[in-house]
Amino acid sequence: MSEPLLVATGLTRHFRIGGVLSGKTLHAVDDVDLTIGRGEIVALVGESGSGKSTVARLLARVYRPTRGRIVFDGKRIDRLRTRRERLRYASDVPLVFQDPFSSINPAYRVSHGVKRAIKLHRPELSRVERRVEAERVFEAVGLVPPAAMLRKFPHQLSGGQRQRVGFAQALAFRPKLIVADEPVSMLDVSIRIGILNLMTELRASRGVSFLYITHDIASARYVADRVLVMYGGHLVEEGATEDVLHRPKHPYTKLLLAAVPDPRAPLGLADVEDAGEPPRVVEPHEGCRFAPRCPLATEVCRTVTPLRRSLGPGRLVACHHAEPDVGEQPSEQPLVGSPA
Amino acid sequence: MTAPAVAEPLRPAAPAGPSRARAVLRSGAVRALLHNRKALVGALLLLGFVVLALFPGQLAPDDPNAEIFRPGLGASSSHWFGTTAYGQDVLSQLIWGTRQSLLIAFAVGGLATAIAVIVGVSAAYLGGFADGLLSTITDVILVIPIFPLVIVLAAYEKNAGFFTLVVVLGALGWSYGARQLRAQTLSMRNRDFLEAARVRGERRLYVIVFEILPTMTSLIVASFLGAALYAVLTAAGLQFVGLGDPNSLSWGTMLYWAQNNEALGAGMVLWAVMPGVCVALLGAAFALLNYAFDEVSNPALRKVRRVQRG
Amino acid sequence: MGERLLEVRGLRVAYASESGPVVPVDDVSLDLDEGEFLGIVGESGCGKSTLLYAIARLLGPPLGGEILDGSIVFRGRDMVALSERRLRHIRWRELSVVMQSAMNALNPVLTIEAQLRDACRAHSTMSAREIRARSEEVLRLVGIDPLHLRSYPHQLSGGMRQRAMIAMALLFTPDLVIMDEPTSALDVVAQRSLMKQIKQLQDQLSFAVIFVTHDMSLVSHFSDRLAVMYAGQIVELGPTRRVFDAPLHPYTRGLLDSFPSVAGPRTHLAGIPGSPPDLVEPPSGCRFAPRCPLATDRSHAVPPPLVDVGGDLVRCHLYVPDAEPAPAAAVEA
Repeated sequence: MSEPLLVATGLTRHFRIGGVLSGKTLHAVDDVDLTIGRGEIVALVGESGSGKSTVARLLARVYRPTRGRIVFDGKRIDRLRTRRERLRYASDVPLVFQDPFSSINPAYRVSHGVKRAIKLHRPELSRVERRVEAERVFEAVGLVPPAAMLRKFPHQLSGGQRQRVGFAQALAFRPKLIVADEPVSMLDVSIRIGILNLMTELRASRGVSFLYITHDIASARYVADRVLVMYGGHLVEEGATEDVLHRPKHPYTKLLLAAVPDPRAPLGLADVEDAGEPPRVVEPHEGCRFAPRCPLATEVCRTVTPLRRSLGPGRLVACHHAEPDVGEQPSEQPLVGSPA
Repeated sequence: MTAPAVAEPLRPAAPAGPSRARAVLRSGAVRALLHNRKALVGALLLLGFVVLALFPGQLAPDDPNAEIFRPGLGASSSHWFGTTAYGQDVLSQLIWGTRQSLLIAFAVGGLATAIAVIVGVSAAYLGGFADGLLSTITDVILVIPIFPLVIVLAAYEKNAGFFTLVVVLGALGWSYGARQLRAQTLSMRNRDFLEAARVRGERRLYVIVFEILPTMTSLIVASFLGAALYAVLTAAGLQFVGLGDPNSLSWGTMLYWAQNNEALGAGMVLWAVMPGVCVALLGAAFALLNYAFDEVSNPALRKVRRVQRG
Repeated sequence: MGERLLEVRGLRVAYASESGPVVPVDDVSLDLDEGEFLGIVGESGCGKSTLLYAIARLLGPPLGGEILDGSIVFRGRDMVALSERRLRHIRWRELSVVMQSAMNALNPVLTIEAQLRDACRAHSTMSAREIRARSEEVLRLVGIDPLHLRSYPHQLSGGMRQRAMIAMALLFTPDLVIMDEPTSALDVVAQRSLMKQIKQLQDQLSFAVIFVTHDMSLVSHFSDRLAVMYAGQIVELGPTRRVFDAPLHPYTRGLLDSFPSVAGPRTHLAGIPGSPPDLVEPPSGCRFAPRCPLATDRSHAVPPPLVDVGGDLVRCHLYVPDAEPAPAAAVEA
């Protein structure tokens, strides 16, 4: 197994909110460890307030971590000093945004972002070479014919096409890892699959790794090799996709899976009593942040923050009550509500 | 190996011309201009004044300063608006005076808009302390009553020349535009494409000039027109009160001299009224043009083609 | 399920736009019985929200749009023909609306109590005490502690805000509640919880629901019947379970094929290539034909009629009785 591409340890990010005098601290991300291998697609699943978007921005160096470190390709990226090093990292780890309607500058043609990316990061290319390169990445994301598509303005493209432009911009950097922050949530359902397929295709053809950030665990299952589940700024569960989805260990993961509407499942409401109230991340107390909603919560859960424990190779859970499987069953254990 | 091709959407075609110029011509701005009657009138008026300012020698019948005619004449075929108390042709004066008024309008408009853009956009984009400082300065200037201040300033320099006027008006007239631009930039600050630009490594200055400003062109133009309007009116007002250079030739100074000679009472009505009419017309031109840009920046105001029942 | 509550026939709605008139609702007909839960499913631009606003008679300024043709018969009265005054009697007492985003629909500077009071005053002559009592009752109904009457919308969580909207819609226990994607701004757990709550309320108070959404799976366990809209038209209409188990229209099949599942095998999904058509100039013939794997020359040329297939409706040439036989390739359900 080759060296992992990116290793983040103890990643923490706090924000100060409220006034200068009576400010409070918002714990957006607390103590997250994250490893992404080469050519791997890792999904980071969580709801709003889970901190997943903050993690994306920490990795893209939009925010500086309050604590923790990130090592990319063997180098610590919070120690980048020169502009050249920063540019280099920006081209290795670009960010794809959620909103196709605000992620492209409406005043220019869609070629603008791609060409600027190429110009900044590969200044040795001539104008003609830049154009050829721009056409190549547009073709790679399925925007064809590339010459004609490059000349369009954003308002002439559909949401799905604009997201492809976002991926084209990321590809123009010749990246090693693309951080995609909810790239399909704002797209129509039938368009989403196209983008998800694009991601797996790019991984297969170019070996690009992906950190796919989403609130939709079903789409995470569709593309990802490994799944990380976040809740209230904490990483609560981690493991291979099928393992996490079929044998969830953390009560929150189980809740998420039970709440996903699956049209192919037979009629019958899964027992989801939870009202979906968000976690407390402003000045949070010690203890598990899921405890207020957890059916298994005990006194220790409310006072002691659970650490991540290993329940097997690559399998981590942050819960006082999680048990490893004894003599694990092979293949699928049916989930609540799934066809037998 | 490429991803499967995505079918082209059935959408109206992109502008066909290869150059950006043609894209601009077919852009919303010009189209809004042409479809909007008010703006069209404004554009034609402005065009008329520009022509007058460019070719006064060819268009004015006489030398504006030549005191060779009988003073106090009324309208006639040789003197469309009569003569002044000094025997000068009013029409020629009006035509030659256009130059100064237009120059003031564009110079102050340009200066005020430039300052407004720099202050407003930077304040919003930089945020924090810089924003606080710039906003406070903007608010102070906004609140200062211009006229009394200019009178005080002009009193220090007797007979403020053209240059002084431009500087003073420009230095005081940017605050309204700055507020607008700041508000607009604030609303855009969290747009993903700006974050995308920063993430790909663009410098801050680049982002402000090349990513933010191009999306605000209509607001900037509207700001310019507003500043130009303010400049025309205020400059005329100052000159009328006698704070301009009375020996220069402009509509404002015409008003000053007419007032000095009690033109209205003495029956030289046109001399007293026409410079004011010109000021009003030029101001109206800018105001009318502003309508077109209102619509460009706010598509909700655009006229839409209604559907027929049936 | 009771008697017929709503009958929409041949509804056509148009908006004026810069590029010309747009017809997002083109010849839509549907029925609704008392206590029934009808889901309307479609992607962005299919006209489902416009359909909703048309039924609620909320078109016109400031939203724009006008009804060109057709009838909307609610409890025997044609709403299209009714005056604004008569409509006001019906609105909120017999028919209410839950908008898409509570943050947009709730007034951010008024407390919940004030907004409920506004609604009560606008549609009834209840006394202050009655209003207060009813407000508390209706909040309890949706699972919100009445002390939140004094809260402002931004102080409530997303899920609670949506519940407050539903509470407002239930003030007069109407016969029909129209909901426009009320869960789209919520996370999956909150969504699920809200859907359950809506269903419970429906069982309790016996009102009919028209629920518009872009997410089929959301209504799959809650709606009695499902209507699928595409490009301004209804392309399939039938009992929910049947639509999911045996979809008739190729678009419905394509939609179902776009949902990755959490259970079951991990298969490759194809989705539907292309994008929905521009409603300024819809394609001639079947509007789905450009993206349809089963399209024939006929599909591109002739608009398909709405065909009755065993009580359900499909707008597709494949089901027209006298047409050429469908291609042998049967698409799996």
